[in-house]
Formats: sequence, C-alpha cells, structure tokens
Amino acid sequence: MKRNELLIIIFIVLFFSISLALIFSVEELREGFKRALWLIASGDPEIIGITTLSIYISGTATVLSLLWCIPIGVTLGLRDFAGRRFITAVFNALIGIPTVALGLVLYLFFSSSGPLGSFDLLLNPIGVSLGQAILITPILISLVANAVEAVDPSLKDLAETLGASEAEASLAILKESTSGVVLAIVAGFNRAIAELGVVQMIGQNLRWRTRVLTTAIAMERTSANFALSIALAIILLIIVLSISLTVNLLQRRLK
Amino acid sequence: MNLSSWGKVLLLAAVLSITSIGSTHLYLTMTSRPKLVVATTTSLFDTGLLDEVEIQFEAKHNIDICFLSVGSGIAIARAQRGDADMILVHSPSTELEFLEGGYGVNRKIIAYNFFEIIGPASDPVEISGLPPIEALKKIASAGRNSQAEWVSRGDNSGTHSKEKTLWAAAGLNWTQIRDETNWFIETGSGMGNTLNTANQLEAYTLTDKGTFLAYTNAISDLLPNLAELIIQGPQLLNVYTTISTNPSPHPQANFEGATTFTEYLLSEEGQQLIGEFGKDKYGQNLFNPAANIIRTGEDTFIAQMIKGYAFFGDSECPPQYRFGHPELYD
Repeated sequence: MKRNELLIIIFIVLFFSISLALIFSVEELREGFKRALWLIASGDPEIIGITTLSIYISGTATVLSLLWCIPIGVTLGLRDFAGRRFITAVFNALIGIPTVALGLVLYLFFSSSGPLGSFDLLLNPIGVSLGQAILITPILISLVANAVEAVDPSLKDLAETLGASEAEASLAILKESTSGVVLAIVAGFNRAIAELGVVQMIGQNLRWRTRVLTTAIAMERTSANFALSIALAIILLIIVLSISLTVNLLQRRLK
Repeated sequence: MNLSSWGKVLLLAAVLSITSIGSTHLYLTMTSRPKLVVATTTSLFDTGLLDEVEIQFEAKHNIDICFLSVGSGIAIARAQRGDADMILVHSPSTELEFLEGGYGVNRKIIAYNFFEIIGPASDPVEISGLPPIEALKKIASAGRNSQAEWVSRGDNSGTHSKEKTLWAAAGLNWTQIRDETNWFIETGSGMGNTLNTANQLEAYTLTDKGTFLAYTNAISDLLPNLAELIIQGPQLLNVYTTISTNPSPHPQANFEGATTFTEYLLSEEGQQLIGEFGKDKYGQNLFNPAANIIRTGEDTFIAQMIKGYAFFGDSECPPQYRFGHPELYD
C-alpha cells in the first residue's frame, strides 16, 4: 500500500512538472501567465464583471433546470412504468449533445423571425440561461435518476412499514441520494459554465450583457490579446476545479 | 400542509429562479437604453475601432449599441432575419442582393482602405510589388507545382468575396481551385485564425490592413513568418458601408436608432474618429474617411475608384432603396 501511494505521488508530481515546463516553454503563454496573474491579483473590473456574469448566468441555468429535472429524474428513478427504460436511454444519449448544434436550434427559435421571437430572448442573459438549462437537462435527469434508483428499493417500504408517511419515506430516500443529487447539480453547473456553443450563438458575447468566460476567451484569441485570454482561462479552471474538489471533500465528510 | 421534501427542494429552486430571472429582467428594462444591434464585419471590430466609436457615440446619445462581430456574409443573413437593426459591411455584390431583396435601405459609404496580399517574408514566388492579379496567377501556378500555398477565408465574408473576385479576374474559378487541396487551404473562419494559419504554413493570403497590423503590433509579433507583399492597387480597394434594416418587413427593428448612428458615422466627428484611429498605436491610420468624397462628388482618382467599385449605377444607394431621411443624400 505505502509503495503504491508513493508511486502515485511521484507520478502526479512528474505529470505536473512536465506540463508546467511545457507550458512555460511557449513564450506567449509565459508572458500571458505573468500578465494574467497580475490582472487577477489587481482585481481588474472587466475580469470581475465577466466572471460574476458567468457564474450568475450558469447558476441561474442550473437552478432553473432543477425545476423540471428533479421531478422527471425522481419519477424515472422511483417508479416503474412502460417506456421508462427507453426514456432513460434517450436522456443518457442526449448527455453528449453538441453545444453548437443546440445553440443553432435555439438561435432559430429565439430569432426575431423564429417562433419565440417576440420574447426577445436573443442577446439576452435570460435567453442564455434558458439555453444552458436545456443543455444540462439530460445530464441532470440521468444523474438524479441514477442516484434515486441506487437507493435500496426496500428502504421506502421499510420506512412505510415502520409507520412513516409517504412524505417521510420520500425524505428518507432524498437523504440517502443527497450525494448523488449534489453531484448532478455540480456536473450540470460545470457543463453550463464551461460551454461555448449556446452562449456564443444566443448571447453573442455582448460586453457587460452576455460576455462570459468562454466567449471572452474565444474573442481575445481572435483579437490577438493572449494575456486576458489566459487570465480568464485560469479563472474558469479555478472555478470548475474548486467546486468539484469542495463537493468531493464534503461528500467524504458526509460519509 | 405537509410538503414532501422533494417539494421543498423544488420550491427553493423555483424561488431562486424567479428571483434571478426577475431581477435580470428588471435590471435590463430599468437601466437599459433603447438597444441598437449592429452586425458588423470582423475587421472593423477586431481592430478596436468600434469600441472607440461606441464610447464616443454613447456619450452623446441615449442608445445602447450592441455589436455582433460576425463577418459580412453572416451580418447580412442576421439582418435578413431581423436580428440586427443595421449592418456595417464591405462586400458590394452581397450588399446589392440585400438591397434588392428588400431587406435593407439607406446604404451609405463611410470609409475605405486597401486589402493586402501577404506571404512568407522570403517570398519564394517573387510577387512583391506586382499588380495583384499577376501575383495571384503566379501563386496559382507555383501552387500547382507544389511550390507555394494559399490560405483562404472560405467563410463568405467581405474579404472572402473580394478574394473570389480577384481569382475570377486572374482567370481562375474559385469553386474549382478550392478543390485543389495540395496548395489551396480553406480555414472557414475569421481573419485572425486565417492569419495564424498562413503564418504556420508560411503561405500566401489576402488580408485587410487593420487585422494584419493588429496582429503584427501585438506585444510580440504574432506573425513572424509573414510580410506585406502587395499593399495597393485599384483591385484591392476595400469600401465599408452601413445599411439599415428595412422597417417594412421588420417593424420591430430600431430604424430611427440605426439612422442616428449612420448620421453619427458620417458626421465630422465620426469621420475624424475613423480617419485618426490607429495612428497612436500603429503609427498609421487603418481606415480612410469617405463621406466627404461622396458628398462633394469630387473627381479625384480615389473618388473614381470608389464609384467604379462600390456604386450601384451612379449612386451609393439608388432611390428605390431609400426610405425616409432624404437628408442622408443631400
């Protein structure tokens, strides 16, 4: 055991030092890194604005999608009915939907000439949230359904035999599946904040309105401004990694 | 009342979504000024000119400008669907189709500059200083002998349609040569990406002056392998225009806002902004103002060139494509 752990640690250290060495062998990246750290440390208002908007839009998307994902996910996980397997398979398959494809379809719906044109959702942060909520629906439903399904089916019966009401039995299941549901929420949020296709096509990268981390990274690359790009990429990585890590730690605690 | 625990989670999600969406909506409607969506060619946006223009314009007018930097082809498609209130483009042939289709009105010429043919600094095909059409012929024949490569935008942008016209003038059919993949490389993306590709491959390409300067004057020269080889010639003329979305198929378009912005770009202040832009950063201007040349009807060489290239008949916008605001054409 000890030797294995040592090997793993050596491997991780090697992996990171080699990646860092590679990254710093590229001049633009080195320069960009320096300026990026400075920009972050100095609390550049543009960077703070873009980051806040990113979290806000994707956070709204995640909360919004819970409205339909929890009922559907719990139903799929708890009840047995004809076509349940088929529906679950469809949602599983949709997890990998290309964001640009969804973005294009939504653009055509939201466009002034499209069926939802009168709601003015194009170039609107609400429209982007809605689009991302739809994007992460399959992943949330699948993970929630899995989490609920994984709870020992006899638990509900047992709870009810012991005199628990329907609601109390449901609460017991929720408690048991909490970590799975939290995982679903984190996975959904991470996918939303890291995606580019939907926000690019619906939001169009408007400054202070729909310019989020991913679109800003893409834009700064085409306008030859690497430092800001790298700074934003670092922030995006920090957000995604730290949320995943915190949740991981919390789950260990809970267990 | 005994809400199930799932119900509580759902209620919380509902409350959060409603507050979040509601406050965003409230914020947008309370603070936002009337919005003007301008779909624009990437070359005007990527150089930073439009950021400058936005700051100056919004200081004077209660209008919130939103630029969509998408390339002329897509800009026109966006306006056709009613998703943009006006366009800023540089592709006369596509602009004419747009006007003829009844989608746009009140076309105005605002600026001009020249496209450039750039390529490897060593210039293996020896095109430096040649007339552009001759140069393209040489590049094509060298390419067919695998001695040179050409990188094309291939994205239906203004620069791309210029490229197609130039190939046609050189007696080559673009749809045919794009299949000659041993020397003709299509990126299907914006000017910046295409320049990077040309730099990597040490290939020739057509670029607008502004984007090329922005790339070579960055913190470090991003295109060390490339040099300007042909920088002028009547065939390389590049004319920027504005067209407002026609309010009759698209009544929701902000037509008055579009007119205000057009008038600003044509005003002395707007024209000076365009003509001075880049002098401090690049040591030279990227765009030349064109409003006076058109207004005074002067008969200089450059005026004739612009008329020959970007006029439809004898006007920048024939009367049947005008809508209200006759003062634009006084």
